[in-house]
Amino acid sequence: MKRAVFRNRWLPYLLVAPQVAITLVFFFWPAFDSLRLSLYRSSPFGDKLIWVGLANFEKLFGDPAYLRSAVSTFIFSFFVTFVGMGMALLLAALANAKIRGLGVYRTLLLWPYGIAPAVAGIIWLFIFHPSYGILPYALSFVTNYQFNWFLKGWVAMVLITAAAIWKQFGYNLAFYLAGLQAIPESVLEAANVDGAGPVRRFFAMTFPLLSPVTFFLFTLNMTFAFFETFGLVHSVTQGGPGDATAILVYKAWKDGFEGLQLGLSAAQSVVLMLVVILLTAFQFRYAEKRVVY
Amino acid sequence: MRWTLKSWTSATWAVALLVTLLAAPAPALAKTEIQFWHAMTGVLGERVGEIAAKFNTSQSEYEVKAIYKGDYTTTLNAAIAAYRAKQPPHVVQVFEVGTQTMLSSGAVYPVFQLMKDNGIAIDWNDLFGPVKSYYSTGGNLYSMAFNSSTPILYYNKDLFKKAGLADKAPGTWAEVEAAAKKVVASGGKCGFSSAWPSWALMENMHAWHDQPFADHSNGYDGLASTLRINGAFGVKMMELLARGSKEGWYVYNGRGPKGEANMSAGECGVFISSSAYIAGLTRASEGKFIWSTGSLPRMDGFPQGNSVIGGATLWVMKGAKAEEYKGVAQFFKYLASTENQAWWAGVTGYLPISNAAVKTLESSGHFAKNPNQLTAITQMRSGKTTPNSQGIRLGNFVSVRDAIEEQMENIFGGKKTAKQGLDDAVAKSNDILKDFAALYK
Repeated sequence: MKRAVFRNRWLPYLLVAPQVAITLVFFFWPAFDSLRLSLYRSSPFGDKLIWVGLANFEKLFGDPAYLRSAVSTFIFSFFVTFVGMGMALLLAALANAKIRGLGVYRTLLLWPYGIAPAVAGIIWLFIFHPSYGILPYALSFVTNYQFNWFLKGWVAMVLITAAAIWKQFGYNLAFYLAGLQAIPESVLEAANVDGAGPVRRFFAMTFPLLSPVTFFLFTLNMTFAFFETFGLVHSVTQGGPGDATAILVYKAWKDGFEGLQLGLSAAQSVVLMLVVILLTAFQFRYAEKRVVY
Repeated sequence: MRWTLKSWTSATWAVALLVTLLAAPAPALAKTEIQFWHAMTGVLGERVGEIAAKFNTSQSEYEVKAIYKGDYTTTLNAAIAAYRAKQPPHVVQVFEVGTQTMLSSGAVYPVFQLMKDNGIAIDWNDLFGPVKSYYSTGGNLYSMAFNSSTPILYYNKDLFKKAGLADKAPGTWAEVEAAAKKVVASGGKCGFSSAWPSWALMENMHAWHDQPFADHSNGYDGLASTLRINGAFGVKMMELLARGSKEGWYVYNGRGPKGEANMSAGECGVFISSSAYIAGLTRASEGKFIWSTGSLPRMDGFPQGNSVIGGATLWVMKGAKAEEYKGVAQFFKYLASTENQAWWAGVTGYLPISNAAVKTLESSGHFAKNPNQLTAITQMRSGKTTPNSQGIRLGNFVSVRDAIEEQMENIFGGKKTAKQGLDDAVAKSNDILKDFAALYK
């Protein structure tokens, strides 16, 4: 790679300055403010700020509702990530074959990614709403089963998991397709000559060669499931029934912006921040080193 | 860059625009602007805009800017953020569950004080009783009563007829159950349902039967610290509905106003929601089905209390100039006038806030033409105002309501028994109340 040379030694700093400024103002400042706020009990209007040390964290980890929320977040993220990626890989492999109308399939499969999570939520709501949804209505002709996720926690969980998978599907597919296309045909042909069948070829050659993509997608999907599904939960279940779908990011928002318990909410943000840091560190340490390219 | 005719034209436009922008705030003619942030959408939002516009044309000194900021929660958050940034609106509409939060905030200019400071006399004694009792503190009104409603019972006459039921609102829970079962038996999808689960079925049912909701007279004699909803009455109420949900004559349809979708679609036999739903249901049912209203159902064996109100009031924020507050006071005076109150109640379905406005509506024959709008007033006049039914005032009521609705869902879904669910709701709520009290001790 050619090194860019700047005549003026300050020019490069000047050029990165806007990016640094944005990062400082929009990322570091709020992050530090959350850290600070998590150590206080704060009144809604900010007139009272009482130092409580780590009491917010203590309260959080002693609260069974928070632990339930953590468990449901992990279940949710696990399924969104693994089921979502598995299905995307399968369809990418199919869409990578030489078939007629491939461009149309690819475009259609990528489509859902263009939809905002909240909009995706509304679409799912219209399909699955127990009283005005089209699907429960159709189901009512064939079965007596009440598709009522207003009262059945696990049904609500399955619903938002499926919606999140659908929403993220195009993204996963795009990366897998790109990954598949980057695999040199000669490698697969060589395996073919050696007598490996399509399944063997996939697991022995294609899948390992895709590992950088898989790793990258794993981190991104985890981040997506942890953070970006807020809009989906907010528009479909609002955390209910009970607190069955109150995932961590939703709970942090709800305690902070509905309950106005800013200290407690900040503490939850700090925990979430640690999760992101861990995920990113994990990505950098392992994705860069251990994965076969 | 080559200067073409086109770029000259755009440059001219840009300069023209700049000049206009700079010239826009012509200070000599400026009226004093009053920011009024509200949370009303649809028909109600239009009405708020209308009354602000009417006030603006009625005088020349002040200009009220009514701005929709999102739902109640979003509006309150916007006001908090603006207050913290030292740029609060003059007036903000806050829902009833935010009352204690606002009272404790130290960020508000009490309305009774504002009116006194500006020499405007309002006959506070003429305020409609339940509204006054809900929002007064030590006999004084801290916020301006604006949109108040109370839950009432709705029933679908067509479904009642189909089920072979008499054309009469069920007056007791036993009658609600019987009617709902018949509606379902005759092919109806939803025998009974409600909107606002905690407000309609817990808060109001406790008050309606003179049962305590929280200690310290529901928070009116001091900060409440303990919820009382897991007593005999609460358990009985929840057991009834849990059984209804299991047997299929009660359909739970979500929090907030969501349940109204089913009633509006003509699917529910009996329904409980805010009296302000009259406007929406009238529009939704037009040409499709007919309906009527009645008082809230009674549970046998418990005394008579009264229903409590919901809705929102207008709070005045600290930090503005005296001149601007003068305008706010004028605006409130305008809102409180009998004529405007009667108009507001007539076009929205909210309760008129003064007795004089009720009388005006009565004498003009409004209730004869719109008998359903009288139901809430009759219901509240028939009730008895006691320490259990004057209102409910809790710190961080939003979270408390949420904790209750969470457990209602667990109870209706069969995940917990009524007693277990209510005990858990009380434990969580007490914790929320304790946190609130710790801020303001």
